[in-house]
Amino acid sequence: MTLQTGINPWQSHPAVIESITLEVAGVATFRLRLQSEELAASYRFEPGQFNMLWVPGAGEVAISLSADPNGAGPLDHTIRAAGNVTRLLFRQTHGSVIGLRGPYGTSWPLEQAVGSHVILIAGGIGLAPLRPAILALLAQRDRYESLTLLCGARSPDTLLYPAERAEWERGGMKVLTTVDRADGQWKGAVGVVTLLLDRLTLPDPQQTTVFMCGPEIMMRFCALTALDRGIPAENLWLSAERNMQCAVGLCGHCQWGPNFVCREGPVFRYDRIAPFLNVEGL
Amino acid sequence: MTNLPLQTTWFLPRGELSRLIETLRADGYEVVGPTVDQGAIVYSEIRSTDDLPKGWTETQGPGQYRLERRTDDAYFGFTVGPHSWKKYLFPPLVTVSTAERTPDGWSISDGKNDPPKYAFLGVRACELAAIAVQDRTFLHGPYVDPVYKARRDQAFIIAVNCTQAASTCFCTSMGTGPRCTRGFDLALTELPAGFLVEVGSPAGEALAARLPLVEAAEDHTREAEARRQNAVDQIQRRMDTTGIRDLLLQNLEHPRWSDVAQRCLSCTNCTMVCPTCFCHSVRDVSDLTGDQARRERQWDSCFNLDFSYMNGGPVRNDVRSRYRQWLTHKLASWFDQFDVSGCVGCGRCITWCPVGIDLTEEVAAIRSSDGLQRPPVSPAAT
Ligand code: SF4
Ligand code: SF4
Ligand code: FES
Repeated sequence: MTLQTGINPWQSHPAVIESITLEVAGVATFRLRLQSEELAASYRFEPGQFNMLWVPGAGEVAISLSADPNGAGPLDHTIRAAGNVTRLLFRQTHGSVIGLRGPYGTSWPLEQAVGSHVILIAGGIGLAPLRPAILALLAQRDRYESLTLLCGARSPDTLLYPAERAEWERGGMKVLTTVDRADGQWKGAVGVVTLLLDRLTLPDPQQTTVFMCGPEIMMRFCALTALDRGIPAENLWLSAERNMQCAVGLCGHCQWGPNFVCREGPVFRYDRIAPFLNVEGL
Repeated sequence: MTNLPLQTTWFLPRGELSRLIETLRADGYEVVGPTVDQGAIVYSEIRSTDDLPKGWTETQGPGQYRLERRTDDAYFGFTVGPHSWKKYLFPPLVTVSTAERTPDGWSISDGKNDPPKYAFLGVRACELAAIAVQDRTFLHGPYVDPVYKARRDQAFIIAVNCTQAASTCFCTSMGTGPRCTRGFDLALTELPAGFLVEVGSPAGEALAARLPLVEAAEDHTREAEARRQNAVDQIQRRMDTTGIRDLLLQNLEHPRWSDVAQRCLSCTNCTMVCPTCFCHSVRDVSDLTGDQARRERQWDSCFNLDFSYMNGGPVRNDVRSRYRQWLTHKLASWFDQFDVSGCVGCGRCITWCPVGIDLTEEVAAIRSSDGLQRPPVSPAAT
């Protein structure tokens, strides 16, 4: 079930901050649990969906879930301190209560990707909304031909979830990483993430699915590279970001061409938004 | 006077208009209608016929609005002013939820939502259409807005057929007027001796049964028809809507956007007066102790720079992209979103634009040089 079934789509529900784990400088994972046991037990989400988190007195912010979608576990949200509300979130301590409503939006097409080679491309904090997809794919590893994660980050110390990568690799996912600026210890690739895609061996481009999440410009170039490599446009998926104030298609802020990103997105099939992806300031 | 059959046309003698207002007020309605205030005809509470703009009319043009005296005593001898009914159904400022600090966190509840019962007096055909457009946004989507719904469900609508048009009107191009055909409880056509009354709903029928109506005489009907035709004949402004969605979405890089950006002040007037614009922002307000907080929803505009703000800056950083957003939303992507045009042809945005930007001209300019930029456009992702 979702929390949206009430009469008021604005209705938030109290959620306790169980822990705050610093990931990299300015980015932390907030582990939340709905205070109502009934709601906590019934809450489900799909990888790629997001919640609206409310710090009463400060405001609401749309944050993708980065939690494990299997079961009714705690709700992890990896957040960068960037605006007013997120900065105030960082000042909360564990045990604090905030408001939560959701989940909202579309999700990564895990079912449609069954039987294909799945490539996930993450730029920076874009790995956070992909994490539930990674965990869901790994939980059903044998339904997919191959799993590859391509990660780009500014520098080695800004890589998200470093401890989990080995686990993902053990679970059967190939993980390749590139950084813009290397340091002395860095042994991986240097350069933009499209380079990783360029060099990747693709056994069957027609049967390859790509999920992308990161800066819009990164996704634009990754999509072009993927198309160049023979992956069909309808197999490319990306997660978009816009100003969101309602998450329910009423406030108008998240519009991107004809789409409400909160409703038709955040996960879009590339060929359906390509005409708008390349228009500056839309 | 009981059991009025639907579809029959009735006549309300001019002196009995006050009975209509009194009856509605006695039934607990707050009657809202046109009144003169600060040089314009606006919507406000109407307590008696004295509050109506008797004997007033207006002239309108791009960036121009002027009240004028009529040579007669008509109550509804004008068109539409800067207000629309959306200020009652979709209030400019409203609390959508509240939070109160408790020992174990926050107690969260809905905002108070017990609006008065409104009776709208003097709703024009384009405005009936605008209400129907907002119904799609707030009532017929996957999420229902409780604020709008509470007001809309109880509203009683008395339409008035236009008997004249302003130079800015183009309802005929948008297929919304000037004749009121649906979406009302009662519809009036004003004649010197009184009002022709049409019944549009069971609630309208019930009210009509309590009014001192007489059966309309044939010359009343004929005269009403002539007066309504007068409005049709006066409409000069046109907008060619053929294939308008694709026309605009396929011309997102048209040079006209830069041209209009030179003139547009990004002042938001057009979006504030538009009866269908629904965009809003929500912000928190808290008391000094921080123990009480509420989320307030307020009209917003795509012309505000921070409307599209994301970490790192606004998406629509220049006036060109903001005007393009407004026009393509109204006239193009509204079809994808709500299966209807976002423009009903009321002309308010033309009149109240301080520099007189006229959307019908902007569309015509793009149409006349269509084809400069035509990438294929897919519909909204679903
Ligand atoms: S866009 Fe202009 S003419 Fe059309 S409904 Fe809005 S205010 Fe009226
Ligand atoms: S078009 Fe006119 S009314 Fe609208 S924002 Fe620009 S200057 Fe203001
Ligand atoms: S966030 Fe309000 S319409 Fe999408």
